[in-house]
Amino acid sequence: MYFPLDPNVYGDDAKKEPIRAGFGRGLKVAGEANQNIVALCADLTDSTKMSDFKAAFPDRFIEMGVAEQNLVTVASGLARAGKIPFTSSYAAFSPGRNWEQIRTTIALNDQPVKIIGSHAGVSVGPDGATHQMLEDIALMRALPNMIVIAPGDSLEAERATLAIAENGKPSYMRLAREKTAIFSTDESPFEVGKAYVLKEGHDITLLGTGTMTVQVLMAAKLLEEKGIHAEVVHVPTVKPLDNETIIASIRKTGRALTAEEAQMNGGFGGAVAELLGDKLPTPLKRVGMKDRFGESGDPDELIAHFGLDGPSIARTAEAFINEVPRYHQGF
Amino acid sequence: MSGKLTITQLEQKANDVRKDIIQMLVEAKSGHSAGPLDLADVVTALYFDVMNIDPKRPEWPERDVFFLSNGHTVPVQYAAMAERGYFPVEELQTLRKFGSRLQGHPERTKLPGLENTSGPLGSGLSQAAGYAYSLQYLDNAKHRWVYAITGDGELDEGNIWEAAMFAGKYKLSQLIVFIDRNNIQIDGTTDDIMPLEDLRGKWESFGWHVQEIDGHNIESVIDAASMARAISNKPSIIITHTIPGKGVDFMEYDYHWHGAPPNSEQAKEALAKLRTLDGQITSGDIE
Repeated sequence: MYFPLDPNVYGDDAKKEPIRAGFGRGLKVAGEANQNIVALCADLTDSTKMSDFKAAFPDRFIEMGVAEQNLVTVASGLARAGKIPFTSSYAAFSPGRNWEQIRTTIALNDQPVKIIGSHAGVSVGPDGATHQMLEDIALMRALPNMIVIAPGDSLEAERATLAIAENGKPSYMRLAREKTAIFSTDESPFEVGKAYVLKEGHDITLLGTGTMTVQVLMAAKLLEEKGIHAEVVHVPTVKPLDNETIIASIRKTGRALTAEEAQMNGGFGGAVAELLGDKLPTPLKRVGMKDRFGESGDPDELIAHFGLDGPSIARTAEAFINEVPRYHQGF
Repeated sequence: MSGKLTITQLEQKANDVRKDIIQMLVEAKSGHSAGPLDLADVVTALYFDVMNIDPKRPEWPERDVFFLSNGHTVPVQYAAMAERGYFPVEELQTLRKFGSRLQGHPERTKLPGLENTSGPLGSGLSQAAGYAYSLQYLDNAKHRWVYAITGDGELDEGNIWEAAMFAGKYKLSQLIVFIDRNNIQIDGTTDDIMPLEDLRGKWESFGWHVQEIDGHNIESVIDAASMARAISNKPSIIITHTIPGKGVDFMEYDYHWHGAPPNSEQAKEALAKLRTLDGQITSGDIE
């Protein structure tokens, strides 16, 4: 499907905005359209961007205090009463603290509660490892019935919020704290379960999710300058994966690289590795957090340190291509 | 239901529920005995008197709702639901078996009439509170009530006290919770494992209206629910004193029966006792 890109994304003057801001806008719009939408927050209303919804619909906003277990289980009860509850906290606490409650009362119970985990990834920065949630993708994609989404920029977060508001399913959406360059436009599509080819190429498929898609676009641009034609696939829905789009691209390029601001073991890289293992064994390089925790630091500094910025990804991709110059795809 | 049952009829019904429980557990060869037996009077009172429900229309929008928080006691709920007409009594014998709607712990998506999925302890109270919040603040449905049962051992869970604060803050007056105060949990007595007293004081300090009753006196259960509905500015706790394994003397008071089913010999003995006890489980024998 055609996915228009913001032409300024590669420049220094790219528009930037925190992904969480798009969620805030989307929630308010969703709330205007459907009065069954309610919002619950565990004492982080401003920083998880529920404030606009709260101001517009004070009667449908519920302050839960610092109690993440109660946050999601009360939401489960509200869903039984016909509501569409959005719950928000930092991802380290929800789904970090309350995973079993989500498993039993939302996933197994199949209630359309929306779990919004803000401040995911190492780019949380100075707060350090305790607050840099990296395991949420692995935790949530292991749950039957659960949808897992990591929007790539704030505009997409807005579209994704509107989509999960009406999907009738338990859904997890991870958001980031820092500003992320905007690569999509108001005309770009979003559908739960769809991946999008942002740039065509034939030497390698670079798959990005969440904050890493824009870094992957940068990497592809740097590779292009070296004569390496990378295809870029943006995968905002980690579960269910868009097998068709991903396989079609990798069948063409014969090599794949995944990038995520999360533990790659069990995360997005793990998901793609499983898909390729099942359907199309192909050399795969995973970029992400390698079985370690983050630490305090400036967000950009941390992203570069852990090899998650565009130039690092380009270097990793080039080395990988040199490492596997020939390959035998499939069984 | 046309006309309410008399107290004597309700006591008889509770005894039927107990017999169902013994038969289910012996057939299933696994499950919990003590809790379901001690809750038979409370759950029978709820399903046959207290709650405004229609077994033919489990999703009836005007119904009262029931959330079982301590999901391991679900045999008593299944038995009461079957006796009330939600599904055939014969289906009780499928408890815990492959393909059954009667899962070992209750699953809402499997059986119409269940409001929640529970088993892992401590989260049913929050689900009930969420529903009660909706009725009170979002739906303007003042005529509907949310009933819930929690165990006492379950009160060890932190999630319970998060819900306690929440319901207290929002004065969820349509939320009525029975605590099955049977004083046992898997590893021993609640006093030995994790003391709960001052239980009344704890709930009162969280902003709840608290009553204490004999959980085997059906009239007390009905009266306490009625009193709880009359409290218009607080959620209600009813500390329901029960005898674990009530009705089967060799199970009573013995925490070893918390998580064990009777074998067929023990079941025969239990059923014989329940038959002799017909109609005799009344108030006064909790002393």
